[in-house]
Amino acid sequence: MTAIPAPAATAATDGPPLIVEHLTTSIHVGSDRHDVVRDISFSIGPRETLALVGESGCGKSMTALSVMGLLPAGVASVTAGRIVVDGVDMTAAAEAKRESMRGDRIGMIFQEPMTSLNPVLPIGFQVGEALMQHHGLTRKQARARACELLERVRVPAAADRLDAYPHQFSGGMRQRVMIALALACRPRVLIADEPTTALDVTIQAQVLALLADLQEKEGLAVLLITHNLGVVASVADRVMVMYGGDVVESAPVAAFFARPTHPYSSALLAAMPRIEGEGGLQPIPGQVPTLTEMPVGCRFQSRCPLRIDRCALLPPLAAVGGDPDHRVRCWVRMDT
Amino acid sequence: MLRFVIKRLLLAIPTLWAVLTTVFVLVRVVPGDPTIIILGDQASEASRMELRQRLGLGKSILSQYFDFMGQILHGDLGRSLATNRPIVDDVLAVLPYTIELTIASLIVGTVIGIPLGVLAAERRDGPADWFARIFSLAGVSFPAFVSGILLLMVFSVQLRWFPVISSANAADPLERLRALVLPSVNLGLLMVAYVTRVTRSGMLKALGEDYVRTARSKGLPYRIVVWRHAFRNVLVPIVTVVGLYLGVLIGNAVLTEIVFNRPGIGKLIVTALNQRDYTLLQGLMVVSAFAIVVANILTDLTYGLVDPRVKTQ
Amino acid sequence: MTAAAPPAPQPRRRLSVLGKALRNVGLVLGAVIVVAMIAAALGAPWIAPYDPDAQDVLLVLGTPDSVHWFGTDAFGRDVLSRVLWGARVSLYVGFVATAAGVVIGTVIGVISGYYGGIVDRLVVAATDVLLSFPQLIMGLLLVAVLGASLTNLIIAIAVTAVPAFIRMARGSTLAMRERDFVDACRSLGFSDFRIMFVHVLPNILDELVVMASLWLASAIRTESTLAFIGLSVPPPTATWGGIVREGFDNLLDGPWLALFPSLAILAVMIGLNMIGDGLRDASDPRAPQ
Repeated sequence: MTAIPAPAATAATDGPPLIVEHLTTSIHVGSDRHDVVRDISFSIGPRETLALVGESGCGKSMTALSVMGLLPAGVASVTAGRIVVDGVDMTAAAEAKRESMRGDRIGMIFQEPMTSLNPVLPIGFQVGEALMQHHGLTRKQARARACELLERVRVPAAADRLDAYPHQFSGGMRQRVMIALALACRPRVLIADEPTTALDVTIQAQVLALLADLQEKEGLAVLLITHNLGVVASVADRVMVMYGGDVVESAPVAAFFARPTHPYSSALLAAMPRIEGEGGLQPIPGQVPTLTEMPVGCRFQSRCPLRIDRCALLPPLAAVGGDPDHRVRCWVRMDT
Repeated sequence: MLRFVIKRLLLAIPTLWAVLTTVFVLVRVVPGDPTIIILGDQASEASRMELRQRLGLGKSILSQYFDFMGQILHGDLGRSLATNRPIVDDVLAVLPYTIELTIASLIVGTVIGIPLGVLAAERRDGPADWFARIFSLAGVSFPAFVSGILLLMVFSVQLRWFPVISSANAADPLERLRALVLPSVNLGLLMVAYVTRVTRSGMLKALGEDYVRTARSKGLPYRIVVWRHAFRNVLVPIVTVVGLYLGVLIGNAVLTEIVFNRPGIGKLIVTALNQRDYTLLQGLMVVSAFAIVVANILTDLTYGLVDPRVKTQ
Repeated sequence: MTAAAPPAPQPRRRLSVLGKALRNVGLVLGAVIVVAMIAAALGAPWIAPYDPDAQDVLLVLGTPDSVHWFGTDAFGRDVLSRVLWGARVSLYVGFVATAAGVVIGTVIGVISGYYGGIVDRLVVAATDVLLSFPQLIMGLLLVAVLGASLTNLIIAIAVTAVPAFIRMARGSTLAMRERDFVDACRSLGFSDFRIMFVHVLPNILDELVVMASLWLASAIRTESTLAFIGLSVPPPTATWGGIVREGFDNLLDGPWLALFPSLAILAVMIGLNMIGDGLRDASDPRAPQ
C-alpha cells in the first residue's frame, strides 16, 4: 500500500502482543499508598478483543494508563508486576524506550473526541505526527500518509480536510481522526478507552464497526475499556469485570452473558437496559467506596447481597462451572 | 485571512471615533476656564481673550467638536501653544525613540517571561516556580519610576556600566544600543511579570488537557509535548496579556523616558505639562489613543494567527 | 404559602474563605506589611522625629546616620519624617479614591446590569471606551485639565477606577439575574432596590473585595506616579512620589533620598498585591496558585 513497511516479524511477535502479569498500580497521597489496580493479569492475542468493564472508579482507566505508561507523574505509579508489549518489557524499560514504543507499537484512543485533539494544530499534521517521530518521515511524506489514513477511517474528502482544524469536525468524525492517529504507525496493540461513550447511538455503531474492520485487517490486539455491556456483547471476545481495582470475574464473552457469576456482574447486567425485558432497571445499591474506605478482603462486600463472614479475606480468582477460562473472585460462587 | 483583517479594520473606526470623542470631552467640557489653568489666575483679561481666540473657545461647543474631528481626519493635530510648531512634526520627531523602546521591551518581556512561565508550570512548587512567583509579584508591584531609579542607582551610579545621562540620539549605533539597554530592561522586566504569570497559569491548565495526553500517547518527547502541543494553546492568553500590556506600556514609557532622560512621547507629555501647552497635550492624548487602538487591532490580528478558531469562523 | 423570603444563595463559603485566607502565608504577610504602613501613617505626628517641613541649611543632603536615619534632603529636611508624613497623603488619596471608585462603579454596574435595556448598552459602550485608556494616561489628562490639588487628584484616580468596577458589578449582576431567586424575590413583591442591594450585592462581595485590594495598589501607584511627574499636591507637602522626585533630581549627590521613599512605595505595593492574590486564591478554589 505505501512505502512504510509493515512491522518486521521478530521472534517476539509470535507471542501475544500484550501480556500483563500481576500488575499493581498505586496512588500516592502523602506517605500513604492506595492500590487502585491490584494484581491483575491478562494477555491479548492478535485480532482478539478483551473488554474491561465496571463502574467509574473501578480501576479500568488506571489499568489502561498503566499499560500506556501515561500515569500522572508523582501521583500514581506501577508498584508491582510486568507489562510486556510486543515482546518488550515496558516496566523494566527506560523512559526513552517506552517513549519509542508509545504511538509506534501501542496506540490509544480516548473517550472525549471533542477535547482529545489539539485545537490549534491541523488534523493532517496531528495524524501524521507520530510517523515523523517514530519512522523519520518528512513532513510531506507524513502528510501523504495521513491522507491515506483518513481515507481508511472513511473521513469523506480526506485530502481536502488535512488542513482543517478539529473544531471543523463533528464528534463522530473526530473519533475517526483519533483512530487514524492511534493507528498511524500500525501498532500491534490498541487501547480504546470508552471510544464511543461520547457519541450518538447511530455514530457509535459506525465507529465500532470501523474499529472491528481495522482490527481484522491489521491483526490488532484490542483492550477495550467500557461500562457499556451492549458494546461488550457486540465486539469483545473476552470480558474482565473490575471492582475497586480487583478483577472479580474473567470469562469468554458468551460464557459471561450466559452465566454471569460474580454478584457484581449480575448486578451490572441487571442494571443494563434491555429492549425485550419488562422488569426495568435495577440500579446497584450504594457506590464504589472511596480509596480510604475500601474494606479489607473482598472489596464488593459493602454492597453485596450474598455477604458472608469469610468475605473479610480476599477470595482468589478461581474457576467456576468446571471451565478454566471462566473464573470468579467470590467465596460464595466459586467451585468448591 | 484578508477578509478577517478588513473586517477588523472596519470595526476600529467606531472605536477610534469614540476614543477621540472622549479626549475632546475630557479636554473641553471640564468645569473651569482653561485659560486660567493655562495662564494662571494673575493673567490679564486681554491675554486671556487672545488665548480664547487661539484655542477657538469662542465658537459653540459643537463647531469646536467638528473642527477638532476635521483636523484629525486631515492628519493635523494643530500647533503647539508654546512653540507654535505643528504638533505632528514634534510627535514624528520623537516617535521612533518610543517605538524603539517599546519593541525592545516587548522582546525582553517575552524572551524572559515565556520560558520562565513554562518552567514554573512544569516544575510546580519547585525552586523555579517560587522564583517565578516572587519575581512576578515584585514585577507587578514596582512603579516604573521606582524600578528605573533602582536600575540607574545600581548599574549607572554604583557599577558605572552605563552612562547616567544616556544619548539615545547618538549617531553611533552601538552607543544608541547601549543607551537602550537599561530603559528597555526596566520596561521589559515589568512586562516579564505579567507574561510569566499568564504563561504559568495557562501552562498549568494546558498540561492537564486531554490533547496533551493524546500527544503523550503518540510517544512524543516531553519537550515537543510541552512546546508544540501545550504551549501553542497558551499563546492566546499570552497575546491577550501582551496586548493589554501595550496600553500600560505607553504609560510606563512616559516614566522610563523621564528617569533615563530619553527623548520620546513620554518626555513630550511632560514638556507639555510643564509648559501648560494645552494643545500639545491634547494632541499627545490623541496620539496615545490612536496607539492604543492600533495595539488592539494588532492583538486581534495576532489572535487570527495563533488561534485557527478565530479566522475560520 | 408563607411570606418567608426565598432562600438567597449563600454568600459563597464565607467561613471557609476566611479559614483558607488565614492559612495563606502570603496573605497574612501582606496584611502585616499594609497594617504596619497604615499605622506608621496614622502615627506620623507622634513617631516622626522632626517636623517634615523644617529646613536646616547646615545639613543639606546629609547622609543617613543615627540622628537622621534616612538622611536629609536638598533643603536639609529629615527624610524619615517626610516619608512618614508622605505616607498620610499617599495612602489617604489611594484609599479615598478607591472607595469612591468602588461605590460609584458598583452602584452603576448593579443598576445597569439589573435593568438592562438601552441605558445598560450605553453604560457598556462608555465603559469599554474609558477602559481602553491606560490608567496613567487618563489620570494624567484629568489632573492636567482639572489642576493639581488633593481633591482633583482623588477625583482623577477615582474616575480611572469606576469603569473597571462597573464592568465587574454588571457582569456579576447579570449572572445573578439568571438564577431563580431573583424571580422568586420579585414574585414576593420585593422592591427592586431591596433585591439589588440586599440580595444581589452580598453575593458579589467576595469578588469586589479582591478587586478593590488590587485597585488600591493601583491607585497608590498612580498617585505616586503623578507626584513623580509633578502633578500632585503642591510642595512643600510631602508625598512619596514627590520625595522620590526630589531625590531623583539629586541622584548623584544623595541616592538615599530617592531610595527610602521608593522602598516605602514598593512595600505597600507588594503588601497589597499579596493580599489581593491571597484573597483571590482563597475565594476561587479552581484558580491555579
